[in-house]
Amino acid sequence: MARLLPKKDAVIIGLGWTGSILAQQLTDAGLNVVAIERGPWRDTATDFNIGYMQDELRFAIRKDLFLQPAVEAMTMRNSLSQTALPMRDYGSFLPGNGVGGAGVHWNGHTWRFWDSDFEIKTHLTKRYGAGKIKDLQLQDWGVSWSEIEPSFDKFEYLGGISGKAGNLKGQIQPGGNPFESPRARDYPNPPMRMPYASALFADKMKELGFHPFPLPSANLSQAYVNPLGVRMGQCSYCGFCERFACGNYSKASAQTTILPVLVKKPNFEARTECEVLKINLTADGKHARSVTYLDAHGVEVEQPGDMVLVCAYGLMNVRMMLLSKIGAPYDPVSGKGVVGRNYCYQTSAGARLLFEDKHFNPFIGAGSLGQTIDDFNGDAFDHSKLDFVGGAGISCTVTNGRPISNRPTAPGTPRWGAKWKQATAEGYQNAMGFGSQGSSYPVRENYLDLDPTYTDRHGRPLLRVTFDFPDNDIAMSNYLSDQMEKMLKPFNAKYSAVSRLRKGWNSVPYQSTHNTGGAVMGGDPKTSAVNKYLQSWDVPNVFVIGASAFAHNAGMNPTGTVGALAFWAAEAITTKYIKNPGALVPA
Amino acid sequence: MKQVIFVAAFAALSTSAFADDAGKYQAILGDCAGCHGKDLSGGVTLMTPFGKLVTPNITPDKDTGIGNYTADDFRAAMKQGLAPGGKRLYPAMPYPYYARMSDGDVAALWSWLQTVKPVKNSVDVNQLHFPFNMRIMMAGWSLFAPSSIRVSDVVGKSDAWHRGDYLVNGPAHCGACHSPKTMLGADKGPLTGAVLQGWYAPDLTSDPNAGLGRWSTADIVDYLKTGRNAHSIASGPMAEAVENSSSQMNDADLTAIAVYLKDLPASHGNGGPATGAEAQMKAGKDGYDINCAACHGPDGKGNALFPPLAANPNVLQVRDNTIVRVVLAGTRAAATTGAPTGPAMPSLGWKLSNQQAADILTYVRNNWGNRAPAVSAETVERIRGELHSGS
Amino acid sequence: MLHVLSRRRLLASAAAVPILAATARGETISGQLPWSPFAGEPPKPVNPLGWYFFHPGEAATVEAIVDRLIPADHLSPGGKDCGCAVFIDRQLAGSFGQASRLYTKGPFMPGLSTQGYQGDLAPAGRYRLGLRALDDYTNTTYKKNFVALAAEEQDEVLAGLDGGKIKLKLRPGFSTKEFFELVLQNTMEGFFADPLYGGNRGMASWKMVGFPGARYDYRDHIDKHNVPYPKGPVSIYGKEA
Repeated sequence: MARLLPKKDAVIIGLGWTGSILAQQLTDAGLNVVAIERGPWRDTATDFNIGYMQDELRFAIRKDLFLQPAVEAMTMRNSLSQTALPMRDYGSFLPGNGVGGAGVHWNGHTWRFWDSDFEIKTHLTKRYGAGKIKDLQLQDWGVSWSEIEPSFDKFEYLGGISGKAGNLKGQIQPGGNPFESPRARDYPNPPMRMPYASALFADKMKELGFHPFPLPSANLSQAYVNPLGVRMGQCSYCGFCERFACGNYSKASAQTTILPVLVKKPNFEARTECEVLKINLTADGKHARSVTYLDAHGVEVEQPGDMVLVCAYGLMNVRMMLLSKIGAPYDPVSGKGVVGRNYCYQTSAGARLLFEDKHFNPFIGAGSLGQTIDDFNGDAFDHSKLDFVGGAGISCTVTNGRPISNRPTAPGTPRWGAKWKQATAEGYQNAMGFGSQGSSYPVRENYLDLDPTYTDRHGRPLLRVTFDFPDNDIAMSNYLSDQMEKMLKPFNAKYSAVSRLRKGWNSVPYQSTHNTGGAVMGGDPKTSAVNKYLQSWDVPNVFVIGASAFAHNAGMNPTGTVGALAFWAAEAITTKYIKNPGALVPA
Repeated sequence: MKQVIFVAAFAALSTSAFADDAGKYQAILGDCAGCHGKDLSGGVTLMTPFGKLVTPNITPDKDTGIGNYTADDFRAAMKQGLAPGGKRLYPAMPYPYYARMSDGDVAALWSWLQTVKPVKNSVDVNQLHFPFNMRIMMAGWSLFAPSSIRVSDVVGKSDAWHRGDYLVNGPAHCGACHSPKTMLGADKGPLTGAVLQGWYAPDLTSDPNAGLGRWSTADIVDYLKTGRNAHSIASGPMAEAVENSSSQMNDADLTAIAVYLKDLPASHGNGGPATGAEAQMKAGKDGYDINCAACHGPDGKGNALFPPLAANPNVLQVRDNTIVRVVLAGTRAAATTGAPTGPAMPSLGWKLSNQQAADILTYVRNNWGNRAPAVSAETVERIRGELHSGS
Repeated sequence: MLHVLSRRRLLASAAAVPILAATARGETISGQLPWSPFAGEPPKPVNPLGWYFFHPGEAATVEAIVDRLIPADHLSPGGKDCGCAVFIDRQLAGSFGQASRLYTKGPFMPGLSTQGYQGDLAPAGRYRLGLRALDDYTNTTYKKNFVALAAEEQDEVLAGLDGGKIKLKLRPGFSTKEFFELVLQNTMEGFFADPLYGGNRGMASWKMVGFPGARYDYRDHIDKHNVPYPKGPVSIYGKEA
């Protein structure tokens, strides 16, 4: 029999980026909020010690800050014809854990999807005809650029994002991204200082007639005070960024931007090391009453709430909906149902260049430090004569020179022995690379559901990921590889190679932790699980906030858009919902 | 006599502007919560040089608090250190300072205290060992160790100066930490800095090096209000004083405190610079670059988040307790409405040897124009032992 | 980790009301961010002496293997002298060896190459089995244990494991390729990780490639494009090189 606690106005599942933004906005509006976080409390002051953060083995290889598969794993298969098996260790993607979630140890790339992304089906149909996209399950998001733009601004100013605007209210700005959608104002901080490799890349791209610009970065170029009065430091280019927590307050996270203000509020409470098992609905299944969680001692507790916000990371959001029976599960065979639909990932390839007698100093890096071009991203280029849609950003980022993982050698070099050593000593300072990070478009057969065989430590079914790269995306990625091959020449490297993506997504080597979709937002309850305000169509006092809402993934990192959606949903809740609880959009 | 009336008139003048919350404001000035807890129910242990004291429950609870006190009882406690029945309070309760408060202010505080929520919390206050557990000794103390808190007999000072004098030497009891003590525990030498069980409360005189000589009155106001200014950041016990007390004082009072402090004659300096410490300076610079520069900057200037080390009084005190302690154990800065972040210095004691810490601190104390005595490995070793033994 | 409230242990000062309803694990946080002195979990440097996991024969075999994977030359000492075998030993004796963080629930089914390791043996078990199988193989083929082979023969065997020509008798779900990959990965970790973990003695690998180690501030060098970084490596616990 679960221990029953007094009701709260809002119960938030997960205290990462979205949970913190929602908690901050809702407590400001006067609501009594509790955030229930499965992982531990973490903060710079107590856990991100500048004396031992520089430990590649512990944090990058043994993944100390990440979610442990023993706590929650997932199963995977490429297609319906395979049997899904558990990823006994995470490889291809690494979910976060604890307060701040993956926002603690992310790279910090902070993008805005384009206006064409939010209306992608309309846009591509108009430009190329419906036949071009008939094999893809693309759909509009139900929200427009002008509606969402202010929320991007809020997230960027919250985090102190460092960059250079490319399009200010329609005016193209030199040095910025000419392909971005119009912004009201520039970034709150100027771009970071560039290392040699990225500067070289930018020069060559300009020579080739492309439009390089600095990556919009949540590693701050200078000390900053955000609109909440919280202060952040200046990035010192330490090279222990992604997979690591920041030791000097210079990477935007819930800890460095929101929590100092949020935790002081009398109407906010965080409970850590408490795992929410499910959301409890009323008998008619139309209203959430409470959540049930296991506290750190394994005692079952029931926390009632007037509303429940699912902020547990996209994949876990979807699993929570399936376990709690919120929304009809998606069936890839019939195409019916919505929860699990339109799961997408990221489609990437890369170029490696090896020189002689250079000093790239790869250890001088940061998670989002680099230069990039969007000339081949999204629909920025004409696809009329091409057999695919979508595209990729091509970036030269210098994130680290950590030698367990980063010791490049010429192709064909043995992986051990005397020759390996020689090549490694020579290659370390002489290597650079750039890569394409491409869009991932939905198809009927890529989806999420509950595994029929494997369970977690509490006996609940694991999430099952059924995914392979669609033919469209393979074609897109190979086209990008073609472009990258053409880009190699001006560099005049001694060795160079470009990778090519093939079918058969492999869950083992790390690729990207950009898992999107599964509880997508939209205007039609037949093809979306949440409405334009990220409110469940089926259970109006449940909102599901995260990349689970993406109807597709663009050729960009998702966090900027996730942050914007969090502010957007918060605004809907505080200005519309609490005045008049109920469905904000007629079903 | 004339002077007391003069001062009392000021006290009344300043607090009458806050008639609604006059009593509550007195509690902020006096930082009652600092010792008696946020809900004033006591039970907090204080380590004194004479042993452990536990603070009493001062909520109006009749069984476990001061619900049976009269207004006179309260006044006697505040100004004479007497509890009902002739029991004497240890001057851990800073009654020698509160003695300066006007009757009006004490009365306002008493009114407000009676409206506080009564809390049942039974506290055993007398935890000192013989002979210090004999409160009768306090009678002697009161006679022979009179408070050296100066009653200002100065003429020709501004209203703000007098208000600041009243606050600093009265309810805000700054000297309780910042004035060095005699063996009997009374103040000697006003506000020139004092060791307090593992911290060093800095010199507040106008010495340009170790004191506030380089600070403007606006700097002092900023510091007390937000916990930080361009020169320094409040952490440790001062962080709590800022959070509980000074950040909630009104601007006029903060300015008054600043005016008064800026007028204190300079102390005798900090005994610096270090001499014959070239080896330490070199090793210290290397250690600084590796461990410290990423936050405090290679130029020692800090940034919007981290305090500078150049010209930071905390770095320049004659005694190095605070800086050794923060390097070994870490510390967290005050978090106020004006500066909510509360950035932390991480604990580096696990990583730095005593010699490494001593070298880095000697370098910090003598670089960028700083001049202060060197720090020895023996000092670091001793302080490390004290910290770990909980003394 | 313990979140003990910082107490002001002073005359005329005190701790605030506790803000943590601290339980043995799991906390309610409200009102103030938790902090305590000496907070954090610094890594524990390994004791470099002795073997915690390997039996003496296993230790000798692993030392021989790491010395071939990373032979001694002018660039650096060999894997053995760099402490790679000690590193692996300490890792296997700890949570890595036990696969504590991994999902180890059954059923264990043979997987596709896209589905990762599906065996039921943790790394500790894989080493025990693999090292024994390796000696079984060399005794069959060369009539000696691996340690007794000449360097060229050892290289031959390792190349055979790497390339797939040699198949050891292991266990369903645990292939020879997986065994070799595990040993290679752990050897490289030992060579390049911070010396506190037992390997990379004297920061030999970092000196070899020019990695400055545990430094944290490069603002004074980032603009110096194509200029060698002037300072040597530093480890988490050690002095500068």
